[in-house]
Amino acid sequence: MGQPHYTGDHIRKDFPILDTRIHDKPLIYLDNAATTQKPQCVIDAVTRYYTTQNANIHRGIHTLSEAATAKYEAVRQRVGAFIGADANYTVVFVRGATEAINLAAHGFARAWIKANDEILITGMEHHANIVPWQLLCEATDATLRVVPLNETGELNMDEFDRLLNERTKLVALTHASNVLGTVNPVQDICAKARAQGAVSLIDGAQSAPHTPINVAAMDADFFVFSGHKMYGPTGIGVLCGRTEWLERMPPYQGGGGAIHSVTFEKTTFAEPPRKFEAGTPHIAGVLGLGAAIDYVSGIGIDAIAAHERELLLYATDALADIEGVTLIGAARKKVGILSFTMDGIHPHDIAQLLDSHGIAIRAGHHCAQPLMQFYGIHATARASFALYNTQEEIESLANALRAVREVFA
Amino acid sequence: MSDSRSLYEKMILDHYKNPRNYGKIQAADKIVEAVNPLCGDTFTLYIMFNDDRINALQFTGSGCAISKASASLMTELLTGKSRHEANKIADAFQEMLRTEPDAPIAEEELGMLAAFAGVREFPIRIKCATLAWRALIRCFDDEKEGGDVAATD
Ligand SMILES: Cc1ncc(COP(=O)(O)O)c(C=O)c1O
Repeated sequence: MGQPHYTGDHIRKDFPILDTRIHDKPLIYLDNAATTQKPQCVIDAVTRYYTTQNANIHRGIHTLSEAATAKYEAVRQRVGAFIGADANYTVVFVRGATEAINLAAHGFARAWIKANDEILITGMEHHANIVPWQLLCEATDATLRVVPLNETGELNMDEFDRLLNERTKLVALTHASNVLGTVNPVQDICAKARAQGAVSLIDGAQSAPHTPINVAAMDADFFVFSGHKMYGPTGIGVLCGRTEWLERMPPYQGGGGAIHSVTFEKTTFAEPPRKFEAGTPHIAGVLGLGAAIDYVSGIGIDAIAAHERELLLYATDALADIEGVTLIGAARKKVGILSFTMDGIHPHDIAQLLDSHGIAIRAGHHCAQPLMQFYGIHATARASFALYNTQEEIESLANALRAVREVFA
Repeated sequence: MSDSRSLYEKMILDHYKNPRNYGKIQAADKIVEAVNPLCGDTFTLYIMFNDDRINALQFTGSGCAISKASASLMTELLTGKSRHEANKIADAFQEMLRTEPDAPIAEEELGMLAAFAGVREFPIRIKCATLAWRALIRCFDDEKEGGDVAATD
């Protein structure tokens, strides 16, 4: 593991929004699990495309179109390299993690799932990794099974072993929980799924920006993530899948780009990835995502992980020290996400009062209502860290939380 | 948008920490659920009528400071009122919350409810302030139509 060879300070200059003042206080942005801020190089890549490079791709026989196509396809290569996808995988551009999971579920429903098959998910999933599978189960009469958690917020692996069986066709789980920060043993799980003949889908929305990913070593069949949670633009995300599966899956949407040839009698479809990229894609988003990946790679994902780990440990200590604060989730392996509640103070009131200190956190159920039910709560307050956050900011968070207690004292 | 501390008036914090008329009424004529699924705030209202008048109004449940204080104050203000009077007060309250943050308010008409004027600066919290009120008024409307009284939104 590399040491953090940077201080928050010189990184912070790359993010123009961090100079913003909120209620006349410096912005302290701790809502990174919702979306991260964008470095100037990402903003520039998007602007440059519209200013000097704009053209549609895969269509025009003219200089701009050919250049745009080459740039777009080059990002596909860089994304694959960034997440360790080898020759067995194909990178498909989609709108985000949500669309990627829906695409996979749609393809699965049509190609493989039948009545009494089982889909296995976990008790810590984001709604994005619950609802598409519920819809699939409704359409096919398959059954959704859920791996329960331990009180620490880790998966109960004995239960996982028990629930995985010969009817299990697919195991879908998050790599890192957006509420608890828990990092799941995905390599182990993918291996067990494969041994049982089940396909695996890993939701990397909260892991790809914060920890090194190697899809081939993980041996996942599908890995998905969103660009906007890793310093890239909104509206762009990735479904990285085993090519052999993608080839057998029906297209998600029909239209231009996805086809090989069309007559009114019959359409033949292009090979993946283009089979799944009907219509004009979010070209600016792809170029912005490429810039984000270059930016993260330039700093080094190991260094980022180490920096965020220090922040997490520091914040865990600082918040545990505050009277009335309860931390939710105590997994041994975590990304930089800290959920908490305060005695007698609703998370929405916590977030509202922190805002008056210029501090942005998230409060609510975080699109994970089943997980809230497991802990017997309606909502948590959540601070989540990114590469530009500093220990001073966490100090300010702790002080502001003491002030919140004062208001309600 | 201004400093959120303007939201947490003394009176609001007091009603949040020491809610009035808190608890079930076993012999209630009407029991109404008020749920905001977005934030999980859930209250139950218990109402006893004496002809047209609200004879007793109590509540249980949990929510943020704004929603709970508002429910508490509502029980205080509406006990003893006729349905028509209750409707008028609820309308005036919701009307005030829809005005611009710096618009003058009818302090006399609103009385203690004026403490919620700060909510106007935080549009997302208006639903919190009106949660219990909307459930109560819907229950009156449903009575007229003879329908069910479970209210969610
Ligand atoms: C674990 C997890 N999965 C999926 C998503 C959905 O991502 P998006 O909204 O970018 O599609 C999120 C976003 O909050 C998430 O945290």
